[in-house]
Amino acid sequence: MTPVLVVDNLETRFGSGAGLVRAVDGVSFSIDRGEILGLVGESGSGKSITGFSILGLIEPPGRVAGGRILFQGEDLVGLPSERLRRLRGKKIAMIFQDPMMTLNPVLSIETQMVEAVLAHDAVSWKEARERARDTLGLVGIPSPEERLKAYPHQFSGGMRQRVAIAIALLHRPDLIIADEPTTALDVTIQSQILFEVRRLATEFGMALIWISHDLGVVASLADRIAVMYAGRIVETGFTDDVLDRPAHPYTRGLMDALPANAARGEKLRPIPGLSPSPLARPGGCAFRTRCFAATEICQQEPVLQGGDHSFRCHHPLPAGVAA
Amino acid sequence: MTVFVIRRLMQSILVLAATAVIVFIGVYAIGDPAEMLIAPDATAAERAQVEASLGLDKPLPVQFLAFLGNALHGDLGRSFVFNQPSISLILERLPATLELALVAILIALVLGIPLGLIAGLKPRSVTDETIMTGSILGFSLPNFWQGMMLVMIFSVWLGWLPSSGRGPTGHIFGIETSFASWEGIRHLILPAINLALFKLALVIRLTRTGVRETMPLDFVKFARAKGLTERRVVLVHVLKTIMIPLVTVIGMEIGSLIAFGVVTETIFAWPGIGKLLIDSIMRLDRPVVVAYLLVVVSLFILLNFAVDVLYSILDPRIRLGRN
Ligand SMILES: Nc1ncnc2c1ncn2[C@@H]1O[C@H](COP(=O)(O)OP(=O)(O)OP(=O)(O)O)[C@@H](O)[C@H]1O
Ligand code: SF4
Ligand SMILES: [Mg+2]
Repeated sequence: MTPVLVVDNLETRFGSGAGLVRAVDGVSFSIDRGEILGLVGESGSGKSITGFSILGLIEPPGRVAGGRILFQGEDLVGLPSERLRRLRGKKIAMIFQDPMMTLNPVLSIETQMVEAVLAHDAVSWKEARERARDTLGLVGIPSPEERLKAYPHQFSGGMRQRVAIAIALLHRPDLIIADEPTTALDVTIQSQILFEVRRLATEFGMALIWISHDLGVVASLADRIAVMYAGRIVETGFTDDVLDRPAHPYTRGLMDALPANAARGEKLRPIPGLSPSPLARPGGCAFRTRCFAATEICQQEPVLQGGDHSFRCHHPLPAGVAA
Repeated sequence: MTVFVIRRLMQSILVLAATAVIVFIGVYAIGDPAEMLIAPDATAAERAQVEASLGLDKPLPVQFLAFLGNALHGDLGRSFVFNQPSISLILERLPATLELALVAILIALVLGIPLGLIAGLKPRSVTDETIMTGSILGFSLPNFWQGMMLVMIFSVWLGWLPSSGRGPTGHIFGIETSFASWEGIRHLILPAINLALFKLALVIRLTRTGVRETMPLDFVKFARAKGLTERRVVLVHVLKTIMIPLVTVIGMEIGSLIAFGVVTETIFAWPGIGKLLIDSIMRLDRPVVVAYLLVVVSLFILLNFAVDVLYSILDPRIRLGRN
């Protein structure tokens, strides 16, 4: 099967000189039609920036400094802005982290949905409105006809995120990038939305990149997982493989920190230390300052090894150590 | 919304009542009303007669009611100079002032919003620096100096435009206006520009700041992610957002244009209420000054009210209230 999206050695940077931040530092992955890829990592590891890079939404002083983003065979890096605009929302859609900030507070839901339809399709306002209404119904918003007239502040956080999802679904895109869409919501709403998005992705055969800092969420949802640390993917593979046999100490650390994996009464085991500042990342393996298995050789950059299940580590954990 | 309008209307009436009390105290209670209301060159007999007819022997509350009654009938005394009710003098001149103020604010908006947008979209570019330098000049050079320069350049050196007086007026839709003839418009240009310059600088700054603050917000990024054209993102999402604070400030500025157009009206011998005020102060024509005070305060209250209503119409969060 040809993948919908191939990201190849993507580099996205901010600033320059001493202030240079390599937010995304050589990231590669691919995703097939109908597949769900979970992108996991701590805050600041470069997950959102990876998503924005794909959509061409990096603003100065940021820039995509290298690599390729092949979407259905076409390289999006350096594509003319008008061509990119035609893909955005139409073929590739994105859902943002904070539903309270995603919708424009001074425009009605109708305006914000209809304009999204009209940006790509030459239909009448009435037709666009009907499509908007049907899509609101699809994501589980009660009485969509009336809700169209409402403004964002009249919705709860969960309902706003459903509106944002509906907007993403308006054109039945081939790829949806969901950037921690449930992080800001409470647990019940979170699982409803997870369930809903999964159902819709399967129903429409859409590829889905689900970004999260919560390995637990991704584990229940994704077909494949990519674990990010300090701008790099440190381990990737099928969800079961990665979770059954984590090879990278960082992945293992994320798993140990999950409440579900701690035996009853036992304390959680968070990863010691803090994420390195993006301005002063250690050379070699960026994780070595926090890694229990680090040795001398870790001062050299580990290469990606393995096939379907690959990792970047000089001392991969032996199979069978998973909790 | 209706409740809101009624509430604001009540507040306006309260403020007006408070103003009436203050004017009353200022003119009747503290000062000697006879001094205020009787021409300085009146004979003793005339003075005694007026004092009796004003009921100055009665207790203060009764005097206040009488003052209020007179004010409500539009009687605020007669001008010594013109021997005509002071209020009708003011109302006669008001259209000239209103016309000047409205044209000035239009110039400020029509030029200021696009310039502010351009500057805000390309911060620190040459265009931005040029526009902002211009706006600093508009702010910091004294208004009378700007006016004199305008006269010097466009009337004296180039001889393009008249520098003094209101040209011929005509009636359009029953309103007396300079726009009825080209000669009238020619007389309006220089004073309107002079009055507009400061507000133009203000509008540019407000717009630029608004753009700079709005552009990095999530909903702008989301609008782009939907595939909207940059044009729509800026002209609908960003502009509509910054219009709300802009309308509030500009609404109040119209009031100050009317009240403080005094300088411009004096430089250009524009026959409005500002020039009348200065003339009246010079000639100690106190009834006119009192009438001016009440009329201008009423205008401020009216504008304040209009701005509040407009503000609530523009901002759905106020118009529709919380859930
Ligand atoms: N405008 C910017 N200027 C400079 N650096 C930036 C900018 N935006 C992001 N970065 C850097 O890029 C890095 C990755 O940011 P990103 O938002 O992708 O993290 P994330 O993995 O999505 O984290 P979170 O879970 O907090 O959303 C951060 O370390 C940050 O320092
Ligand atoms: S390379 Fe070394 S420091 Fe990095 S994760 Fe592997 S063992 Fe730890
Ligand atoms: Mg993020």
